[in-house]
Amino acid sequence: MKRRDFIQTTAAGAVLPMLLNGFPIAAYGDDNAVLAALTNAATQTDRVLVLVQLNGGNDGLNMVIPLDQYPALMAARGNIALPQNQVLPLTQATGLHPAMAGLKGLYDNAQVGVVQSVGYPNPNFSHFRATDIWTSASASNVTWTTGWAGRYLDGEYPGFPTGYPNAQVPDPLAVTVGSVVSNCVQGPTVNMGMAIASTSSFYQLLTGTVDQAPNTPAGHELTFIRQVVQQTQVYTTAIQRAAAAARNLSPLWPTAGQNTLADQLKIVAQLIAGGLQTRIYCVNLGGFDTHATQVPTTGPTTTGTHATLLGKVSQAVEAFQDDLRRLSVQHRVVGMTFSEFGRRIKSNSGFGTDHGAAAPLFVFGTSVNPLIHGQNVQLPASVGVNDNVPMQFDFRAIYASILKDWFAVPAATLTALFGQAFPYVPVLRPGVVNGTTTAADVEVAGFSVYPNPVRDRATVAFECQGGHVQVVVYDHVGREVQRLVDRVLPRGQQALVFRPTGLAAGTYHCHVQEDGRSSARLVVVEP
Amino acid sequence: MDRRAFLRKPAAVLAAPLGTDDPTRATALTAPTDPPETVSRYANKTLPNLPRTTAGLAPYTGPWTKVQAAHLLRRCLFGPTKANIATATASSLTQVLNGLLTAPAAPAPPVNVSATDTSVPIGQTWTTQAFDQNFEGVRRASLRSWWLGQVLQGSTLVEKMWVFWHNHFVIEFSDINDARYGYQYAALLRQHALGNIKQLAKDVTVTPAMLRYLNGNQSTATAPNENYGRELLELFTVGKGPLIGPGNYTTYTEADVQAAAKVLTGWRDNATTQQGYFTASRHDTSTKQFSSAFQNRTIANAGDQEYKALVDLVFDQAETARFLVRKLYRWLVYYIIDATTEQNVIVPLAQQLQQNGYNVAPVLRTLLESEHFFDSVNTGCYIKSPLDFTLGICRQLEIPMPPASNPAVQYSVWDYLNSTTSLQQQYLGDPPNVAGWAAYYQTPQFNELWINAVTLPRRSQFSDLMVSTNGTTRSGFKLVADPVAFVESLPPATAEDPNLLIQSLVDLLMPFPLTANQLAFLNDTLLPGLPDFEWTTEWWDYLAAPTNTTKRNAVATKLRALLKVMLSQAEYQLS
Repeated sequence: MKRRDFIQTTAAGAVLPMLLNGFPIAAYGDDNAVLAALTNAATQTDRVLVLVQLNGGNDGLNMVIPLDQYPALMAARGNIALPQNQVLPLTQATGLHPAMAGLKGLYDNAQVGVVQSVGYPNPNFSHFRATDIWTSASASNVTWTTGWAGRYLDGEYPGFPTGYPNAQVPDPLAVTVGSVVSNCVQGPTVNMGMAIASTSSFYQLLTGTVDQAPNTPAGHELTFIRQVVQQTQVYTTAIQRAAAAARNLSPLWPTAGQNTLADQLKIVAQLIAGGLQTRIYCVNLGGFDTHATQVPTTGPTTTGTHATLLGKVSQAVEAFQDDLRRLSVQHRVVGMTFSEFGRRIKSNSGFGTDHGAAAPLFVFGTSVNPLIHGQNVQLPASVGVNDNVPMQFDFRAIYASILKDWFAVPAATLTALFGQAFPYVPVLRPGVVNGTTTAADVEVAGFSVYPNPVRDRATVAFECQGGHVQVVVYDHVGREVQRLVDRVLPRGQQALVFRPTGLAAGTYHCHVQEDGRSSARLVVVEP
Repeated sequence: MDRRAFLRKPAAVLAAPLGTDDPTRATALTAPTDPPETVSRYANKTLPNLPRTTAGLAPYTGPWTKVQAAHLLRRCLFGPTKANIATATASSLTQVLNGLLTAPAAPAPPVNVSATDTSVPIGQTWTTQAFDQNFEGVRRASLRSWWLGQVLQGSTLVEKMWVFWHNHFVIEFSDINDARYGYQYAALLRQHALGNIKQLAKDVTVTPAMLRYLNGNQSTATAPNENYGRELLELFTVGKGPLIGPGNYTTYTEADVQAAAKVLTGWRDNATTQQGYFTASRHDTSTKQFSSAFQNRTIANAGDQEYKALVDLVFDQAETARFLVRKLYRWLVYYIIDATTEQNVIVPLAQQLQQNGYNVAPVLRTLLESEHFFDSVNTGCYIKSPLDFTLGICRQLEIPMPPASNPAVQYSVWDYLNSTTSLQQQYLGDPPNVAGWAAYYQTPQFNELWINAVTLPRRSQFSDLMVSTNGTTRSGFKLVADPVAFVESLPPATAEDPNLLIQSLVDLLMPFPLTANQLAFLNDTLLPGLPDFEWTTEWWDYLAAPTNTTKRNAVATKLRALLKVMLSQAEYQLS
């Protein structure tokens, strides 16, 4: 398929799922007067965006699996491919790596969206260059020295860091947890992010301690300077205040030191809940450069390096979402994953994969559109060594859509930030997007369908406000196939029975609507 | 829909009203209200009781590797380059000291770089022209730039000692208000930087800049001005000992100050000839009586030669040698002088200094080749001055400098570096007062006075800027490190291996080894989440296409990130 065809597919793919789920899309067009009214000054928002960078180039084909193309998948990468029956199905056609049960659960609870085959034209296979492209959001053939989120923040807070922090903006504009301050938040003159170099340095910051140094003159002076270094972190007080105001509540957090991404996100959750007015957090997990033995040379392909990494992502995001919910800030937070590139379709003889091109990414949070955006990767029957996953979505379209929907960035600003306009991709849910309601208000409380996938019977549960309720099941093209209830129900816990009698195996949407609220879940009916 | 509904934020999160519609918002931003810190709250409250060494002045005979060579050069130069260290490592300690103690020829004087000064064309020196207040500002800037430029370019002990004497025999350009005098003074200090201290003291006494700075030019027989006489004793020679009686500071008395002032009466400065000159009619011709601190000696009238007798008298005191040696020790080794160090290092060095007639070079050699100097307890404990830090970054990262063929651009860059060190509280030509920079005498903080919540971020701002993409531009010249060129100049096997590369940078930039955790952190800075071989791959990709800016930028970004972190580490503040 030619690249031009993919770009055309993008627009269709962007709109289609919206209609399928029955959500209105006109409500958040470019002419939204409310958004326009807010374009002249730093936007007031308490929304948070969390960027999860997976360093090394993540093998997307081993994370989001095209269940409808297993023969081709086995032909291309038989030595590393997962057994089909081990894949966790999101829909009939698409599944997740079995190490990602946590993410699958979030998807089922409408807190994860998948964007297929994200990339850019003329992909670069250098880690360094590709990372620079993803963090700067430049085109492949130009070099930009600022980060995309840095440019956004610079527009919101002109002149930073001169005059910051101040009474109005007391907190860091961005926080990076992990080795280096992310280039995503590099501004025109300075990086807009505060670096918390490691988990241990975060806890040192809270307690005002520094690394131990030997009892020598050099150690004495080193300790002195480290103390001043810590003191001159202008946001120390802000971080300490936020950390003191909240503590993590989820039992799902793994023991410290076992999952660095989880350790980082744990800090992020605490700071958000503690009221830090930071808009952007950057965290990262390394090790995705799986040229060799991404699966064991002998033994199940569901284990090994890549499975461990994906398991960490899944566990970390699951614990994060659980913690945010317990801390009652989940509706303020959206996250997305990215990696500098995906990997080659064909595996190598070393049970690994080499540098590739487009790959799927996740958006997560209660405000995301819990869909699979785009189509499965179309695998050729015969795959060459250099064949790559072609792009369906330009990564800049995802960035721009999130900025537009989450931070109300106007179209003209988006064009300025990214150098051109990109097709809109509804990775966030419209009720959240257009600002009429918060996620809490549009959600039907406690809505779930279980078990899912469904064989002969499932329970549709939700917390009813009391009033007229409609619960309808639609098929994959939006046709109503069952109406479970359409009448006044009393306030309180409801449990309806859904029997997929007469329904073909496949993907359906269960849609519940009561006064002013609606929620939808993907439901997979199994044969 | 009203905007409030859109905002929907918990009150607690946005307690402070943001007032996006308020046109005064830009001016309403409040600056931090705390007064700027001048002494860090973490600086010494008392002089720390740290383990020191018992090693004395016996010649060091241990291993001679890049570790010892780097330690020596860190203390003797304003930031040794990797070539400096490599050359020294390949030589013997004696050879290295021979080089460090050999003063190159005096530099040509500063030149005019401003259209404001119409006395001479651009590129020619103004130092011999008539004084003109209209030109004073640009001449002073030229002088300051020139001085910093010479210090930046040197690779002997002359530069470190040049600034040492400036900190010792202090004048302030802004006080004397004649850049020509300032140049004479600077040239004098450089001439004797590794020479005879007694001679320097004599010459400084009657140099026009000092006559003006400490009011020697206003001292007459009828109204002697004690200023210079007092500072000569208190700050320049014997130093002030404990108060043991009314007006008695052990090493000198108030009567000695008065006697010294009388000796020095009659001197003035002549702005036309740029000379100190003596007027006999203004001189006190009486015989000057000194106290028991000076063995009750007297100085008879000797007209314009009398000041030499005063300097000789003062330099006959063993305490003068000890005072000078302590100051040298604090400049080159560490600020704590415990009883053992006093006994094993200060006293014998002072004896050597006095016995050889105050030639400083042999004493420097004794100290710098001693067991004491190379004892590991004395490495890495010296907090860099702003000049050490700022010039060190330029030198150690081999930041390209403008060519001498264009002095206007060259001086402009040097002027920028002066403004940088000035922000960090050290301004060449203008120490804060006659005592010099407090970091070398103020107990118990000493060197720690350089670092506080204001100055440390300024240091990082400079290092960040130098390793940024665009650096800063002065008179059209882009001042910025070229990390790719730097790494290319390393041995290929080092450049291509991320851990060897990091280690070579640590060896260059850090005064002592880093921990395994720190090295791993630096590796993750260079290669976030990637295996080591990916550096090799990317580096080779660049080498295979060195004119490909995309490939060059790919490695440059990572190297900049690495250097930024390293230069911000606490260790880099130490020497």
